Amino acid sequence: MYDKGKVLIGLAIFLVLALSVVGYNMTAGDNKKPEPEKPKGYTACVKSTDYMKSSHMVLLNEWRDEVIREGKREMVKTPEGIMVEKSLQNGCMHCHTSKVKFCDRCHEYASVKPYCWDCHLAPVEPADGKEAI
Amino acid sequence: MVDKVLKGNGLYWGWLTLLLMVMGAGAVAYLVQFNYGLGATGMSRDVTWGIYISQFTFLVGVAAGGLMLVLPYYLHDYKSFGRITLLGEFMAIAAVVMCLMFILADLGQPMRALNVILHPTPNSMLFYDMIVLNGYLFLNILCGFVVLASEYRGIKYPNWVKPFIYLSIPWAISIHTVTAFLYCGLPGRHFWLTAVLAPRFLASAFAAGPALLLVIALIMKRTANFDVGETAKNKLVTIIGYAAIINFFLLGCEVFVGYYSNIPGHMHTLDYLFFGLADHSTGVIHNNLVPFMRASVVMGIVGIIMLFVARRQKSDAMLSTSCILIFVAFWIDKGLGLVLGGFVPTPMEHIVEYTPTVVELGVTAGVWATGFFVLTLLYKLVVAVKRDSEATLKIS
Amino acid sequence: MDNTRRKFLKLAGLTAAAGVAAPMLGSKALAAGGGHGAPAAAGGHHEEVPSGVRYGLVIDTGKFNDNPGLAERCQKVCHDYHNVPKFNNSKDEIKWIWTDKFANVFPEKSHYKKDERLNAMNILALCNHCDNPPCVRACPTKATFKNADGAVMMDFHRCIGCRFCMAACPYGARSFNWRSPRGSEDGKPFIEKYNHRFPSRMRGVVEKCSLCSWRTKQGKDPLCVEEANKGVEGAMVFGDLNDPNSEISHVLRKRFTIQRKPSLGTKPSIFYII
Repeated sequence: MYDKGKVLIGLAIFLVLALSVVGYNMTAGDNKKPEPEKPKGYTACVKSTDYMKSSHMVLLNEWRDEVIREGKREMVKTPEGIMVEKSLQNGCMHCHTSKVKFCDRCHEYASVKPYCWDCHLAPVEPADGKEAI
Repeated sequence: MVDKVLKGNGLYWGWLTLLLMVMGAGAVAYLVQFNYGLGATGMSRDVTWGIYISQFTFLVGVAAGGLMLVLPYYLHDYKSFGRITLLGEFMAIAAVVMCLMFILADLGQPMRALNVILHPTPNSMLFYDMIVLNGYLFLNILCGFVVLASEYRGIKYPNWVKPFIYLSIPWAISIHTVTAFLYCGLPGRHFWLTAVLAPRFLASAFAAGPALLLVIALIMKRTANFDVGETAKNKLVTIIGYAAIINFFLLGCEVFVGYYSNIPGHMHTLDYLFFGLADHSTGVIHNNLVPFMRASVVMGIVGIIMLFVARRQKSDAMLSTSCILIFVAFWIDKGLGLVLGGFVPTPMEHIVEYTPTVVELGVTAGVWATGFFVLTLLYKLVVAVKRDSEATLKIS
Repeated sequence: MDNTRRKFLKLAGLTAAAGVAAPMLGSKALAAGGGHGAPAAAGGHHEEVPSGVRYGLVIDTGKFNDNPGLAERCQKVCHDYHNVPKFNNSKDEIKWIWTDKFANVFPEKSHYKKDERLNAMNILALCNHCDNPPCVRACPTKATFKNADGAVMMDFHRCIGCRFCMAACPYGARSFNWRSPRGSEDGKPFIEKYNHRFPSRMRGVVEKCSLCSWRTKQGKDPLCVEEANKGVEGAMVFGDLNDPNSEISHVLRKRFTIQRKPSLGTKPSIFYII
């Protein structure tokens, strides 16, 4: 192999650089588990908490396709018997009244940037009274 | 083999540096557009496609034009095209790369471009355009490189590549036909709604593509000491000349149908392109494309005459001038008039004109520079390999 | 994502077959649209087949003409509810419903010496919710599609912003978000007051009237119709064109109406009483 030494040094530099990112993330910053604020006065969502934790985006995509593309706009019932509109703005955010205290907490922790809010309007956050768009 | 692109003289490196600088400027312009939105262009609610889509349309033609350089050699065993067939295939690669870049530049949501594959829609002509363009790119890369690599090793290209070569011939027709179908299948856009659109696209493509190639060949004769040969040149003149004449014949058919039938919808855009069109509610005459379109017709006709005179007089200078005239004439005709003219008047019969912005021109220049960058590297490779193999032949 | 993947695989498998069949299907639709501005003999060359629900509108232009400002109120109620931005220039303009002169809404009706009332009239224009929509044919991602109730819908999530639909629409009914609708200029936001019941759009997607499908599903009239009828009863009639007993079918039987560019074979669902 030509330039064996140079290649190995190059590889080593690459490995250090690549791993430094992981190392930085493990040591620096606040690594506490995120705690989204759940709506008060409700005990259950339209699906189980586990499902919602892992797959709420799947449900949102399904709702989106059903409502817009198939015209299935009927409401969904929670275990408590509350009727929920299949809608992010008018359904989910009806109970989860704060995007900042609910959605953002996990999304920021996981560094996920869903584009929902590029179009959909988040509820007005009561704290500063401003529109959170 | 590929390392051959790394060896070149000062002119070669200077040309590549210049192209890289234009590409850089284009990238900056695209960033501006990406951050602001397509509003950074001159396009509007009424003229919804501008210079990006018109360049795309023209360049599909250049890519399809490569067919005229490939077909005689592979189908008719026309040996004199031995030196330009590969140039034709590689020109098609560069042109399709530009086409794809122009489409991406024109999308409002480029990050969602793959939706065309995720949600395949066989009733949309754009779906087929995606298939034929990418397919053509694949076919030309495959055939071009396999043939070149065989030549590099001093052997004839393998048989398994032959079906792909034969497939690439009708495929070239398909890319420009489907591109014409993007336009001529739309109701309510009278200028585009014509059955001769696809034939006219092909005619102008078979003139513009080889014309560009002939100009480049003449430049390479001077700068790279690479001569495609007198016979090939003369044959190219025939191809370019007749294709250009057919294009003007078809344009004449459009003019006849429009003005003899006297149907307003058929005349409006022709009026707008060649004479100027008055808005019936304001009385203002709109004519910003008129000088271009008239120049296009004059340049095209002068170019055709000069082309044949140049062949008789064996004048390379006149030959390249005539090819440039024909290329520019068809660039204006298809790369400006066809797409922009089709939007005048609007469906509500208002007249809205379009002028590209600096950002838009920057992106356009950047894409063209990228195309020429790819083309330069590919041609460098072809010239180097051809020289090597021909030198070996002489020795043995 | 399972659902999406399954759908994708199903589609991918079908596409090969559909790719062969589709041009043949398409040619039938194309054949109907060859009119080039000549008035068609039978409003689109062949009878529309009544099957299922097909919502449509009748607009009584006379009633709008007698009530100045009514059309503008219809536009306002629509644009306010749907968070349609106002850019104050025609280049970026977005509109779902708007007015224009008779000569522009009906450019084919260009007969000599039209009466003054007609020439002066401002006529409401909006998406025609064609039974045979060219925009749907053109869209490469099914971002625009035909609803079961006849409305031509937009899925803003899916639109890639190629604007093929805008080139395809013979009615100029489609608008594009050339820049972010949530921005502002000279300190003035493009959307002055957000309606939190409805989303806005993002830049780079096409939008248009959806015939208020979220309302019609609940049995309500579209917003513009509700507003128009607040002004004058019967200024706009909404209903199922395929139901012979609906009010709109009744009106269409009794009154002379015209459609926009029927010769193109798009079969518009919006009718005008002149």
